[in-house]
Amino acid sequence: MQINGAQAVLKALEHEGVETVFGMPGGAILPVYDPLIESSIRHILVRHEQGAGHMASGYAHATGKPGVAIVTSGPAATNMVTALLDAMMDSIPMVCITGQVALPAIGTDAFQEADTTGITMSATKHNYLVTKVEDIPQVIHDAFHLATTGRPGPVLVDIPKDLVLPDAVFEWYEPTGHDLPGYNPKTEGDPASIAEASKMIMAAKRPVIYSGGGILRSRAADELRTLAEMTDIPVVTTLMNRGGFPDDHELNLGMPGMHGNYTAVMAMQEADLLIALGARFDDRVTGARDKFAPDAKVIHVDIDPAELGKVRFAHVPIAGDAKSIITEMIKEIEKLGGADGQPDRDAWRQTLSGWQEKYPLVYGDHEPGKLLKPQFVIEKLAEACPPDTILCSGVGQHQMWASQYWTFNHPYTWINSGGLGTMGYSIPAAVGAKAGMPDRMVWAVDGDGCFQMTSQELITAAVEHIPVKVAILNNSWLGMVRQWQELFYDERFSETHFGSEIPNYKMWAEAMGCVGFRVDSPEEVVPTIQKANEINDRPVVIDFRTQAEENVYPMVPAGASNSEVLVDPSQRDADSSGETS
Amino acid sequence: MSHIPEFHTIVVRVENKAGVLARIAGLFSRRGFNIESLAVAPTDDDRFSRITIVVDVASTSIDQVVKQLDKLINVLEIRELDPETSVERELMMTTLSAPTPEARREIIDLVQIFDAQVLNVGFDQLMVSLVGSQRRLDDFEALLSRFGIIEIQRTGKIALSELAKVEPTES
Repeated sequence: MQINGAQAVLKALEHEGVETVFGMPGGAILPVYDPLIESSIRHILVRHEQGAGHMASGYAHATGKPGVAIVTSGPAATNMVTALLDAMMDSIPMVCITGQVALPAIGTDAFQEADTTGITMSATKHNYLVTKVEDIPQVIHDAFHLATTGRPGPVLVDIPKDLVLPDAVFEWYEPTGHDLPGYNPKTEGDPASIAEASKMIMAAKRPVIYSGGGILRSRAADELRTLAEMTDIPVVTTLMNRGGFPDDHELNLGMPGMHGNYTAVMAMQEADLLIALGARFDDRVTGARDKFAPDAKVIHVDIDPAELGKVRFAHVPIAGDAKSIITEMIKEIEKLGGADGQPDRDAWRQTLSGWQEKYPLVYGDHEPGKLLKPQFVIEKLAEACPPDTILCSGVGQHQMWASQYWTFNHPYTWINSGGLGTMGYSIPAAVGAKAGMPDRMVWAVDGDGCFQMTSQELITAAVEHIPVKVAILNNSWLGMVRQWQELFYDERFSETHFGSEIPNYKMWAEAMGCVGFRVDSPEEVVPTIQKANEINDRPVVIDFRTQAEENVYPMVPAGASNSEVLVDPSQRDADSSGETS
Repeated sequence: MSHIPEFHTIVVRVENKAGVLARIAGLFSRRGFNIESLAVAPTDDDRFSRITIVVDVASTSIDQVVKQLDKLINVLEIRELDPETSVERELMMTTLSAPTPEARREIIDLVQIFDAQVLNVGFDQLMVSLVGSQRRLDDFEALLSRFGIIEIQRTGKIALSELAKVEPTES
């Protein structure tokens, strides 16, 4: 069957099972948008290309399927860079198709020309500049394979306009294999290493399972739970693995790291064995690297061999897929006698529960005449929503409070920008998640700073009938930066105040086709959330006016050891400077 | 702050495709790895190229260099060559100032001693080349420097594994 390049792009996407794409047309990609009218694929028309990228990411997070974005050349491609790097850092499977100027024009500084493959080289797992129309099916097939296997990530396919013009025809074929001689991701772990790791687990006195986003990418939440329960070993869930192990499980110590639960942070610090499963010893988890978990031996399981030993020496490094390795580990531990074959860990358990009792997450009561406590808003929101609600967040204080005060009991219910820390991620990610999971309630928790970066995608949501809900924790400041200025810059608040009356978020929401609310007092919080939860025909925005002075605790100051974690001021001993040890 | 370099030689087999060299160079610069020299050409099978990279690993781990390179989709194979068990060669071409018969004579003496070649002769200059180990090229360059080096180009090292000297015995 003769087919042209534009038809081939869509046919190839259909062939990969793509149902939804996020994008915006423009000059170089225009020919691909013509046959889209006849395609079975749903196209969601965004207001800014970065939004398309984050929507694809949110879609991928929520559904487990690769997210797809289509945009044009030049500025559209450069607008996509943030979303690509965001997906790269958080290992999100994504395929991005970009238009390019025609092959003969490449290198001439043509209108809307950008060196897209050059610019995105370090922001993608791999990228392609297609140079022959008949390569389109094979390249797109390879792109999906690369995006979804091994360590997942974004793959970009740049297609010059002359390859998708109606007269660029070729004989359609369905690719059968892959043309990737240098790509053989290893999924099975080395059996000898798994056996050695299992012995170390059985012998450890103060073990901690350090579970990261790899658990979710590998779809290994059930296996993680089995491993933890059979060995009775406590689990910390990183920012990327919130929901990968239930928060209400007695073995869950919460989130580790800079704003982690005291017990999660200190358990890692005092552990004699860290069982790292799909985690990468990110600096926000380790604090000062040379003082991190000084007595711990390390078992490190990761699909990406380059993560093993990159930051922290691993006594037992195991490259491969977390799900398959944990499954093998469980069998091995059963052979070694299971729970009964382990040393007495009562002392460790008591240490942990002592910390949990002494340093739970806390925040102060509402102060009359003051604005809302942001933590209270998150708690009430969590209580008012179904347990399988998908929660998205931007980056900053609101992100940390969302992670701390929401109760995540199901995998794939938490979507945020972990590695890159992309402000403005929340709203487009929520739109993508809701487009992929229309039957689930999707809330975006956003800061006022983040909201002002990407809120235009609520127009997309309103027009496309994707009823997401947005809770702005509006403290009128760039809150996290304000917090650092308060604590480390002698309260010299440089360029962090946004102003409290401009913009009017309720009016802004209404102008975008959403329902808008503003909440100033604690009594209004729950009723307004309930009202929002009853609206299903359009997006809702609630502007929660929160107290600017509220800081995120616990906190490990940048560059400090995790042992120097600062707990909430109310928990600090009168005679200490705030440090707990 | 003194930095004492520590050089390792790695040989990388890659797909012979547009942009592969940029991917490798980009990776090195992004991860803060230092390339001392780099030589690249297609292999006997022109679908692939072989790249010899001399990398300074004084401040990064060679393990990371190898693993990060391996993540590039177009990289098929990476080997680290131990200088003890590999044969290494580099090519140098240089144009020297030789305005007097004495200078010319002395340069030609050095060319003979080093088993180098005179490639081109000008009325007051000589162009010579030498193939050898890096060390030998360094020595040659040092000895020539007093004549005045007008122009010099070295290719960077290429290397192959040394061949077995005895037939392996069945065990």
